[in-house]
Amino acid sequence: MRHAFSVRIGPVGFRIGSDWRAPIAELESLYRDYPKPRDGIPDFTVRLFARRPWRRFVRPSVEIGGDYMLPEAAPLPLRQGLLAAEMAMNLQMALGARRYLLLHASAVERDGRALLMTGISGAGKSTLATLLAAKGWRFMGDEFALLDPATGLIHAFPRLISLKNDAIAAAEAAWPQARMGPLMPATPKGDIRHMVPDSRAIAAMDTLATPALLLFPRYGFDAEARPVPPAEAFVRMTQASTNYVALGEAGFGALTGLIAGVPSVAIDYPDGASAIKQVEALWSAL
Amino acid sequence: MSGTIFWGPPDNGLLIAPLDEFTAVYHRASGITHLLTEPAPQILAVLGEGPVLLDALLARLAQDFDLTDGTREALAARLDELVEAGLVERT
Amino acid sequence: MVRLVSDARILARALADPAGVGGLDAEGWTALLAMARAEQLVGTLAIRVDGLPMPVAVKAILADARAAAEHGRRAALWEAEMARRALAAVDCPIILLKGTAFVAAGLSAGQGRSIGDLDILVPRESIDAVEAALLAAGWEWVKPDPYDDAYYRRWMHELPPLIHRERDRMIDVHHTILPLTARITPDAAALIAGSFTLENGLRTLSPNGMLIHAAAHLFADGDLAGGLRNLWDIRCLIEEFGTDGLDMEAKRHGLSREVARSLRLVDALFAEGTARGADRLYIRRITARDGWGRPTRPITRLGFYVRSHLLRMPPAMLARHLWTKWRKA
Repeated sequence: MRHAFSVRIGPVGFRIGSDWRAPIAELESLYRDYPKPRDGIPDFTVRLFARRPWRRFVRPSVEIGGDYMLPEAAPLPLRQGLLAAEMAMNLQMALGARRYLLLHASAVERDGRALLMTGISGAGKSTLATLLAAKGWRFMGDEFALLDPATGLIHAFPRLISLKNDAIAAAEAAWPQARMGPLMPATPKGDIRHMVPDSRAIAAMDTLATPALLLFPRYGFDAEARPVPPAEAFVRMTQASTNYVALGEAGFGALTGLIAGVPSVAIDYPDGASAIKQVEALWSAL
Repeated sequence: MSGTIFWGPPDNGLLIAPLDEFTAVYHRASGITHLLTEPAPQILAVLGEGPVLLDALLARLAQDFDLTDGTREALAARLDELVEAGLVERT
Repeated sequence: MVRLVSDARILARALADPAGVGGLDAEGWTALLAMARAEQLVGTLAIRVDGLPMPVAVKAILADARAAAEHGRRAALWEAEMARRALAAVDCPIILLKGTAFVAAGLSAGQGRSIGDLDILVPRESIDAVEAALLAAGWEWVKPDPYDDAYYRRWMHELPPLIHRERDRMIDVHHTILPLTARITPDAAALIAGSFTLENGLRTLSPNGMLIHAAAHLFADGDLAGGLRNLWDIRCLIEEFGTDGLDMEAKRHGLSREVARSLRLVDALFAEGTARGADRLYIRRITARDGWGRPTRPITRLGFYVRSHLLRMPPAMLARHLWTKWRKA
């Protein structure tokens, strides 16, 4: 393909090919401090392509493709090409990742132990991870936490942090020096802006952590915490994992092991500051 | 129905992880994870020892697991569910 | 500057002669893996190059591919088992087809293979009983469109597609191996009569039957998408069983030409043979994949798609079918 870029994020290497220069230029800039795929061989190939040759120029729209594809995926306008690239990488992980159990959760680490935060879009996983990282936690990822079935440990997967709507301002306030991607207004998921993780997160991306607390946060309610019964936590985590079924026995062992070994707590929080207080309280009670 | 024999997966055919009142069961032959509640795990435990008739199963459940509120009809219904899930077979 | 060949022939060569991958650099491996994935052959590649020296990153990727194939195998065998249970009361032979048959019988063609839906062949006279039993056991229709349904039942060689409501897996029930409107009419009863029985009572076609089915499926029933994998299946079957009596049986089903062509193409792609004449066009279509996993050669591709429809239906029917579909769209 005409333009290409390779990058390694945690244990996963990607190759991104594009019919247009612009998304590749953005990726090169934002991921400039990241390493390259191991042995120069990526785990996944992503393609950003024009459906017809003339659509490269006329109302250019970016189709998402790669090793794993969804036939009905809608294309994005070229100005959202970076978003297309990030979505395409998510798609490869969701459909093709096998070495690690993918948890749809953000993760931060302190003293070798990981806090996992899971929930639906808008629950605040990305924002909370960003705010905690600004308070000294090490950022491990905002979209997927990778659970190794062989060891039970969490691998960092610090992609560009995908911030939506109000979260953009909150993250910018917490990280005024952070490098940011372009603001993309009115995407299918609202306003989106990508933030580059801090240099500590990038430098430590190959350092593993032991899971210690599983949080189910819910934004926009009075502060409250309640334990989540194991079966409920288990079911919610299987729903939050795109490759639980594909991993078979290893997935079953990894997830039941996680639920058995780590407390599951649901917290409601009215704002970021309150959430951080609740997290610190739960963490010191471990 | 009284002559029907039921049997389940072989001894190492299931991985079992008790959670709370639910038990997560991984069925190796199918790769499917089931979330079961009483008396399903107990039924599978009895069937794991070998094929059994309905009345014998009812008696074993009462005796081994103290499940005494069951009727034949209720047990037959639970077994139907397990058959549909692929965990139990019958003649 | 020499123009290097960069199509799926490098994948065919790697499968046929695995030792050759020792010469690949990072870019070569990256291209090979992308092609293998696009052609649904990465599990097979993993089996073929297992144990050969390769970069650590490749070893990990291929280990994942083997694990994925193993998971697919288990899921396919389970679908076959649930179909067996559902059809136990229907007194007719149930013959597994394609990938599921290969893994059920432990054939080399099944090693590392990616498997899609469950395909079974049953006698035409049993099709209503089979349909009823499957519906009673939790399968449902995928597409409730009456025109498609009538077309399917009258002309196709299979029931309209069924999907299991709990497990979300599809089953295709065939009563012959080609559509009834195709110009070739295989002897389904002979295929069924020649079938082999597995330990659990399910059946597979005989080795020659499987070869003939693979050839029919590749040329007479499809537009050659997935052709490389199909030809690899055929190559594995030939390696394992030889071709004794294949000619005669192919003639019986009216598929001599297709079987002969697939043998020539297997020879050209995976051995020392050279493709000539029309075979070269087939090779071009089958290897139309680049190092990014993209389909290439669009003109060759379109030609084959139109041809496959012509093969399925006589031109008058094709016109009517396409017109009705267009009117409904």
